[in-house]
Amino acid sequence: MSDTPHYPGGDRFAPTVEPPEEAVEVPTGADEFRRVHDMWVAGTEEPPWLAAATDEGAQELLPADVDPRVDTEEGSAVVDDYLERPDVPADELQIINMGPQHPSTHGVLRLHLELEGETIRRAKPIIGYLHTGMEKTAETLTYVQGATNVTRMDYLSPFHNELAFALVVEQLLGIEIPERAQAIRILMTELNRVASHLIWVATQGMDVGALSMMLYGWRERERILAFFEKVTGLRMNHNYIRVGGVAADLPDGWEDDVEDILEQVPKGIAEYEELLNENPIFLDRTVGVGVITPAECHAYGVTGPIARASGIEWDLRKAFPYSGIERYEFDVPTGQHGDVYDRYLVRMDEMKQSFRIVRQILDTIPPGDYRSDDRKVTPPPRLRIDQSMEALIHHFKLFTEGFKVPAGEAYQAVESPRGELGMYLVSNGGPKPWRLHVRTPSFAAVQALPAMLADSLIADVVATLASTDPVLGDVDR
Amino acid sequence: MSGLELLVVSGIKVVVAFAFLVLTVLVLVWVERRVVAFMQNRYGPNRAGPGGILQTLADGLKLFFKESMTPRKAQFLLYIAAPVLAVVTALLVFVVIPIGAPVTIGDTTYTLQVTDLDVGVLYILAISSLGVYAVALAGWSSGSKYPLLGSVRSAAQMISYEAALGLALVPVIMFSRTTSLAGIVEAQSGTFGGLLPAWNIVLLPSFVIFLIAGFAETNRAPFDLVEAEQEIVGGYHTEYSGMRFAFFFLAEYINMFNMAALTATFFLGGWNGPLFGPTWLRYVLPVIWFLIKSWVVVFLFIWARGTLPRIRYDQLMAFGWKRLIPVSLVWIMLAMVAIGVRRFGLPWA
Repeated sequence: MSDTPHYPGGDRFAPTVEPPEEAVEVPTGADEFRRVHDMWVAGTEEPPWLAAATDEGAQELLPADVDPRVDTEEGSAVVDDYLERPDVPADELQIINMGPQHPSTHGVLRLHLELEGETIRRAKPIIGYLHTGMEKTAETLTYVQGATNVTRMDYLSPFHNELAFALVVEQLLGIEIPERAQAIRILMTELNRVASHLIWVATQGMDVGALSMMLYGWRERERILAFFEKVTGLRMNHNYIRVGGVAADLPDGWEDDVEDILEQVPKGIAEYEELLNENPIFLDRTVGVGVITPAECHAYGVTGPIARASGIEWDLRKAFPYSGIERYEFDVPTGQHGDVYDRYLVRMDEMKQSFRIVRQILDTIPPGDYRSDDRKVTPPPRLRIDQSMEALIHHFKLFTEGFKVPAGEAYQAVESPRGELGMYLVSNGGPKPWRLHVRTPSFAAVQALPAMLADSLIADVVATLASTDPVLGDVDR
Repeated sequence: MSGLELLVVSGIKVVVAFAFLVLTVLVLVWVERRVVAFMQNRYGPNRAGPGGILQTLADGLKLFFKESMTPRKAQFLLYIAAPVLAVVTALLVFVVIPIGAPVTIGDTTYTLQVTDLDVGVLYILAISSLGVYAVALAGWSSGSKYPLLGSVRSAAQMISYEAALGLALVPVIMFSRTTSLAGIVEAQSGTFGGLLPAWNIVLLPSFVIFLIAGFAETNRAPFDLVEAEQEIVGGYHTEYSGMRFAFFFLAEYINMFNMAALTATFFLGGWNGPLFGPTWLRYVLPVIWFLIKSWVVVFLFIWARGTLPRIRYDQLMAFGWKRLIPVSLVWIMLAMVAIGVRRFGLPWA
């Protein structure tokens, strides 16, 4: 990629600056997660910061003598966008609400924009219009039912939600998953990544005005969804990856279907690249737009393709491999400029890398069981129920009471198409989670929008918003 | 021709032109939806009538029976005047476009255009500039923010592209030595060396600039940022509903066909084309040539909409001022030199 394009955010963007070391640390376990995310679970020991935060006058969580517009730490570039900007007189500004009912806010995101002409001076994302209380609901569902719940959060990558939930529960249970089940999980999640990125390229194209891209993206995604339907019975919200393995083995002839996907979908992707990669209008609309720097990525907790597009080589599949993904070869594509165009390139490359993984799974998938043989977690085979009283009892107990998970807490993250999707689970030894918190990538991406949108135009808002690929079900949960 | 006869003939022409335009829009909307659908792997409207051709009529009827709502903060007079202005200006442009060769019946010759103005080109530029008022007023009088942004955009777009549009026509006028549209078509009737038709498309830069400016002038993709629904919802017509919205819709498609017809007239030889057969066929064929050429340009409009992303507001203005206008000016200079050389020979010869 050449450096010729003019970057409006160039002064903010310094690719040479190394991000601060400690910011790169990601939580590896529950304690780390709590430290990083400042999270406190009711019933555990109250952390000292919480008392300070709820004191009188501390509601803004900011000492009075600190000017938030000034970078207090080296490398930290976060500006509090809620505060007034002294360089723009207030009567020059016009406030406009983009959303929650707007054609291109990807659901019900509301953006509170302050405009000077058509230039955005401040942007404030407002969420909560799709709040469904799923995290709370999880406390009333058994671990068997839990997957049905979490799969609805990020409805464009349901398999990743299910996988994260299954992994975190298995971590507390301490059970081993058969290799075949692991391979099936990776197969489904990687195909899901492609499906999700296809939707993204469709909406990204449409939001910059290339209407046909919308339909093209859908066309290719349809092939993958047809395969999902064949495997799981549903096109989305599959409830397929369950604690202990997957719900069913792959159907007969699945190899042919995957071969077909591997042959047809890359053709479609090549078509998009032909249509968009060098399209001057697409370049004009995306190069240098919605820039986010590595430091800002760290500060806002932005992960996934957005962080990789700004040059952070960070992929949980490499850093903390899960479900046996370390067995497969793939690269982590990164960009340099952190703009919309680099995010486009990164995601296009990621789809190809996912195909590489899928190809390897197709070649190397081991025979074996598709779920764990732990009888406390896995329901007995249907035939055994007719033969054995024990099996019938186990079956009955599993589907009425559910299985019990040892008390403790665990955090497990997977690399969803949008970034780090983590689930933090606290169990008190019962059959239901005592608390389930989901760390979603869309949430972090949306909170970074003010940084990306400052001093851009309305047309850039749509392009930038689309490039962060938020799923509002994932943001609000 | 007596005064009464002139009045009757003009009246008939006006009615025919109006009917022709409305009918064209009915077909045009359907064609666009079908063609874009075809480009996007969809079917498009195919239920109402054979192949769905009555879809536009059905949509029109639906809009006719819908309530026309007025926002509380709207400037009522301007708010209802804007759609009317849009349609009227769109219709007025078509008045000077010749759609066929003059027809001789008895000893009277009738031109196939409502009127042939000597200043036809200037008239078109003037009227199409007026059309922008409709958009600007609609956006401003709606008393709402997204329409206001749309109207500001339309004003900026008009300033940027009207100049390029006019400049692109200067070489055409210089070569045809007339500003009457009938005259311009007449000037393209010959051939170069008996082989190629002597159409103004040889003024290729002018043609390209005119076409680009035409896209911007009619607010069509990739310059449809006046109504960019992904950005400013519906732009200037966000607050319009029912028949008032239908008027804007009608105006947009009439303008699109007008622009195609003008491109055909200025650059593709208008109704010129091979003539053969009996006398009646010699009168019908020019109309067919004209329609074919216009629809080819219309297809270009639709094709662009199916392919190109939308350009950004500031980029659009930069493109107009920093690319199109300088290129037009240089091209006018070159055209002048070419005309001079053709008439007086090379300066050193």
